[in-house]
Amino acid sequence: MSIKIENLVYKYMIGTPFEKTAIDDVSLEIKDGEFIGLIGHTGSGKSTLIQQLNGLLKPTSGKIYIDGEDITSKDINLKKIRQKVGLVFQYPEYQLFEETIFKDVAFGPQNLGLSDDEILKRVRRALEIVGIDFEKYKDKSPFDLSGGQRRRIAIAGILAMEPKILILDEPTAGLDPKGRDEILEEIRKLHKEYNNTVILVSHSMEDVAKLVDRLIVMYKGKNILTGTPREVFMEIETLEKIGLAVPQVTYLVRELRKRGINIREDIITVKEAQDEILRLLRRDKND
Amino acid sequence: MIKDITIGQYLPGNSFVHKLDPRVKIWLSFIYIIILFIVNKYSGYIFIAAFTLITILVSKIPIKYLFKGLKPILWIIIFTAVLNAILTPGITIYKIGPVNITDKGVYLAVFMVLRLIFLIVGTSILTLTTSPIALTDGIERLLNPFKRIGVPAHELAMMMTIALRFIPTLLDETDKIMKAQMARGADFETGNIINRAKSLIPILVPLFISSFRRADELALAMEARCYRGGKGRSRLKQLKIEGRDYVAITFTILLMIISIVSRRWSI
Ligand SMILES: Nc1ncnc2c1ncn2[C@@H]1O[C@H](COP(=O)(O)OP(=O)(O)OP(=O)(O)O)[C@@H](O)[C@H]1O
Ligand SMILES: [Mg+2]
Repeated sequence: MSIKIENLVYKYMIGTPFEKTAIDDVSLEIKDGEFIGLIGHTGSGKSTLIQQLNGLLKPTSGKIYIDGEDITSKDINLKKIRQKVGLVFQYPEYQLFEETIFKDVAFGPQNLGLSDDEILKRVRRALEIVGIDFEKYKDKSPFDLSGGQRRRIAIAGILAMEPKILILDEPTAGLDPKGRDEILEEIRKLHKEYNNTVILVSHSMEDVAKLVDRLIVMYKGKNILTGTPREVFMEIETLEKIGLAVPQVTYLVRELRKRGINIREDIITVKEAQDEILRLLRRDKND
Repeated sequence: MIKDITIGQYLPGNSFVHKLDPRVKIWLSFIYIIILFIVNKYSGYIFIAAFTLITILVSKIPIKYLFKGLKPILWIIIFTAVLNAILTPGITIYKIGPVNITDKGVYLAVFMVLRLIFLIVGTSILTLTTSPIALTDGIERLLNPFKRIGVPAHELAMMMTIALRFIPTLLDETDKIMKAQMARGADFETGNIINRAKSLIPILVPLFISSFRRADELALAMEARCYRGGKGRSRLKQLKIEGRDYVAITFTILLMIISIVSRRWSI
């Protein structure tokens, strides 16, 4: 499913002295099946932007089309939109409320009015995707689990609705490196398998660099850069100016080039850097 | 959506009114309310209106914002006015079917409306120009004399501070949880009463859990910093009555005198 945003503006608390323009004339397009990384400093408007994509916030002005359908028009069926566009909030584990994990994950599908068989099937699949053993955990209370596990249950709650567009707001915030890598890996596998559109919100460049097809960079409510991670990371000056760090290896490569080592410029992951450095070393030896 | 509630809101600023001692502000607000009920002639209200307007202008609160706060109670005001107009006995000046509008009724209705509006505007100025911390500080100091008869002044003030501090946080949280459940297809607007009450469970359970967690964390954080209640506790900011406080007191007393005198005027 594709997303098209035209001249989107969002203002909080209109008509009060606290009025704040959180989204300032953003236009962009996301193609079907794309894996997008949405990055920006704290307060740049990422959460505000994504909450408009499933109608939780109504734009102050501008248009949003999901698959060609204008979701900002008055007579839109929001429930249908929310089924198509699944949104996992920041710290989603705080939205759990049911007695058992099964019931909690089933909450979304139930609201869609699906049959019991279908719900069972979907809950099983969703839990499997996030790496939670269905038989072992389905009757446990979500509140007996660790923070990372609870986060997974909450993500499964959205996955069970089988949205065509999946948006995750900082799914790795507050997790340890292991938990972070596991969740990112699950998201990557999910995208590979179902080829749905995924928008991953983050402010860690390192996390998104190796995963996404395209980056959208937000700054003070504006979309100031888009492109493949490689293209975006070339703009080190712009990124630093807006308080975002490029991956550590990119700095390393830059330093090496400054010292006259002829290493490729567009390296963004540790793996690439390793290969490239090994290649250079081997070549030097052969000379 | 839920965050549009503005009652009790504080607008940070640096005006004359903002800088007044909170104790003085609380006292003067009391006196202002008493004045509203002393006045019984239209002429008296001209002075009250002038006084209120000058206070608003000095405090630099946007007038539009202040009157937006009146919107939620508009219906109460209208209701009061209508009841007063039709239920007060007196000489009938207008008749709609079985309902009589009397001269005394109209007179009372107008006064009720004026009193309500000035009451809300006046107390809003207090909360808009006083930070919650200063406000509770002021209340604690005003309650201090009653400690001897067993009023736990400090504890009450601390409870108020904490409650005020967490209102915006809880509103924020409610907003977030509501949105998160709506993203899962929850529906809070349609259905009969039972269904609607049921639909609140997905909001209330997470809200309670996080409130208890917050309370627990806060208690721990306070203990870790050796909080032991009010006894022997010194304060960072000493309240001091200064020149500007005397100016404000003088003007309010002037208004009080005028309003007492105005009771003898003809209109
Ligand atoms: N409910 C609200 N009321 C008023 N202002 C808000 C509200 N939510 C966000 N804002 C403001 O809008 C701006 C954008 O906020 P937003 O939450 O979209 O940023 P973000 O990019 O998601 O940041 P973070 O990385 O911290 O999650 C911020 O300046 C914020 O202060
Ligand atoms: Mg955010």
